[in-house]
Order: sequence, then C-alpha cells, then structure tokens
Amino acid sequence: MGEQLMVLVKLLWQYSVLQIVIVMSFTLMMVPLLTWAERKVIGHMQVRMGPMRVGFHGILQGIADGIKLLLKENIIPAGADRPIFILAPILSLVPALIAFSVIPFDSWFYITDINIAVLYVLAIASVGTYGIILAGWASNSSYALLGALRSAAQVISYELAIGMALVGPLMMAGTLSLVGITKAQAQGWFLPYQIVGFVVYYIAMLAETNRAPFDLPEAETELVAGFHVEYSGMRFAFFFIAEYANMMVVTAMATVMFLGGWNPPFQGFEAAHFLQKIPGIFWFFGKMFFLLFTFLWVRATFPRFRYDQLMKLGWKVLIPLALANIVMTGVILAIRG
Amino acid sequence: MPETTIPANYLPIIIFLVIAFLFGTFTLFFGYLLRPSSPNTDKLAAYECGNPPFMDSRSKVFVRYYLVAVMFVLFDLEVVFLYPWAVVYRKLGLFALGEMLLFILILLFGYAYAWRKGALEWD
Repeated sequence: MGEQLMVLVKLLWQYSVLQIVIVMSFTLMMVPLLTWAERKVIGHMQVRMGPMRVGFHGILQGIADGIKLLLKENIIPAGADRPIFILAPILSLVPALIAFSVIPFDSWFYITDINIAVLYVLAIASVGTYGIILAGWASNSSYALLGALRSAAQVISYELAIGMALVGPLMMAGTLSLVGITKAQAQGWFLPYQIVGFVVYYIAMLAETNRAPFDLPEAETELVAGFHVEYSGMRFAFFFIAEYANMMVVTAMATVMFLGGWNPPFQGFEAAHFLQKIPGIFWFFGKMFFLLFTFLWVRATFPRFRYDQLMKLGWKVLIPLALANIVMTGVILAIRG
Repeated sequence: MPETTIPANYLPIIIFLVIAFLFGTFTLFFGYLLRPSSPNTDKLAAYECGNPPFMDSRSKVFVRYYLVAVMFVLFDLEVVFLYPWAVVYRKLGLFALGEMLLFILILLFGYAYAWRKGALEWD
C-alpha cells in the first residue's frame, strides 16, 4: 500500500501535478494572510491595532472574510451583459494563478522550466487586463466603466516600463528561462549592476498591480471601487484574490530577475559562505515577503497620484530611464566582454 | 510518449490552466448552492451613489485612452523585438551593440515625435 502511494506521488511529481496543487494552495492560503498582514501592518504604522477579534491577533480575519463573501448574495445588475459579467472574475483569477507555473522557488522546486518564461509571465499578466476591461464593460455602470478604462490604460502603460526594465537582466543572463536567470546569478545578484532597472521595475510593478500610490482604478473617493463596483460575494472575492496573487507574481519576478532568486546574498565573500547552507527556498520567500512588506509600507507612506501625473511618470520618466538602462548595460557589457 | 506538437515542458502549464479554471467554476458553483438569492428592482439597478441611472453608461469615452492603446501596441512590439536581441547579446558582441543602438535611435525618434505632438500629455 505504502509502496503504491509512493509510486503515485512520484508520478504526480513527474507530471508536475503535485507541484501545481502545492503552489496553488499556497497562493490561495497566502491571500487571506496577506489581507490580514496589510491591515495589521498599516494599522500599526498608523498607531492602531488593526484586526484583533478573529483568532490570535486577528490572524484568521482573512479566512472569516472569505467565508462571509462565499455566503453573500451575488447580484447581477439588470443592465449587465450576463455571460461576460460572470466570465470576467474567472478571467481575472486564472491568469494570476497560472503565472506561477514558471517561477522557480528553489533549484528543485518549480512547476516547469520553459525557454521563454519571461515572455510567458508578461503575456499571462496582459491577459489579466481582459478580466478588468470586460468586468467594467459588462457591469453597465459609469463608475465601473471609468475605472476599467483607467485601469487598462495604466496597466498597459506600465507594462512597457516593466518589459524594458527586464531587458537589462536578460542581457546579463543571456536566457529567457527563469531557472537559467537564477543560475546566472550564482556568483552575484544582478541588483548592483541593474539598480536603475530595479527602481524602474519596482515603481512599474506597483502601478501594474494597481497598488497605492497608483491605485487610481479603485480611487474610493471618486469612483467608489472602480471596475468591480457592481460585483458582490465570491465574484468580488475573485478580483481580490487576483490582485493579491498578481502582487505575489510581480514580487517573485523581481526576486528572480534582480535579487538572485534562491541564491543567498554576499556570494562573493568567504565569510558569508555559511549562508549557502540555508535552503534556497527560504531565501526566495524571504526576499519575496520583504518586497511584499514594502508594498504595504509604500501604501502607508505615500499619497495617491493624480491621473495625469501617473501617465506622465510612466511615459515620460520610466520609459526613457529604462531605455537608457538598456543602452548603458549594452555598452558596459561590450567593454567588459 | 505520443507525438505532440506541444513540447513536454508546456504540459504542466495546460494542466495548471485546467485546474485553475475548475477551481474558479467550482468555487462559484459551491457558493451558488450556499448563498441566498432574493433580487428586486432596486437591488439590480446600477450603482450611482443613490441616484437612478439616467442613461446607458456605454457611451463616449475620452479619446486619450484610444491613443494610449495605439502607442502601447507600437512600443510593446519594439520591446518584443528587444528580447531576442538581449538573449543573444553576449554572443554577438559589438555587432549587436551597433545594431541595437540604431534600432533604439529609430525608436527614440518615434518617441520624440509622439512627445512633440503631445500624444503623451494628459489634460
């Protein structure tokens, strides 16, 4: 019996089904924890307690919210385009989840390694925009449509900056496979050489996931909630899960492209070699969680941008900076050979 | 292994796609079994902060959004062209640098033109 079980587990591992189930469960478990962490961290930054009632220091708050949303009535507005209205949340959630299929969490733990992984992640992230646009369109509400248009324009503008910022690390690594890019950083992270690229990527990833200070699509004081204003219950929860899953995807990408993925810091120093003994998966998640923490930190610190400022930053500052970074990287690599 | 047109590396992605889609539909169906449903006219009206909506919301939108979309298609294509170049850059050396400087120069020219014409303004 035990032997058969082992064979089954091995087979599932071989076909990546086991990894898929682990990664998906992990992502879906992280979402309630992240929402809790967000309220807790921002609460403490504003000198208040945050959630305290559900579980130890409110740690089960996210799960309680999830159960509440599951049991809520789902309203489809009378003027809505029903099939699209129902499809949009799924179309938003699925890309956010399957983007994880190429992220290498450790040298032995990833779902698959394809030779166009970076392009794959960018492409899948773009598909998520369809969910937003279709949700806004199908709702037949002015707020939803305005929010969706804003969100789509913002996401595609900053996607250019993300795409260009990633060219620098790609030139250094010489591969589009995320496993290959991580391995190329075994002797040192790309961060010190790609500091401009990292800054551009960091700002663009905040905007790409519609997070503060670029959370204009949700601007609660003017657009109520943006594209998902007409959504309720589990469908609303799907947009929420997608947003947090996207946050994890972009931070995981930053970890792989700039912060060395599963590699420990200070590889060049003899004294720091004991860090290699710590399993890579801890390094990966350590970096990723730190980046996620900075998301909350930024939200608690900066006021929201105005829409024209947002477009100006994306088109007139980040894109030229990213282009200059590409040229600089090219010149330096050509000189150093 | 049967002959397929999709490389084996991509199979897990398709499996993941199916699992994620099933998760989405199953969760919605599960919620459908549990949740109450008692619609009425007011509940189903579009939300406009308490005012009854007086027109179809799918009307004219700001033309800038269209412009941004066009610009995005242009520049995103250029980024896609940069990727294969970036991957083989170290193998091609100086030749690749010259070629790319030329490409980026043309790109910059288009960018400067769009800027001059005010396509990047938002007022």
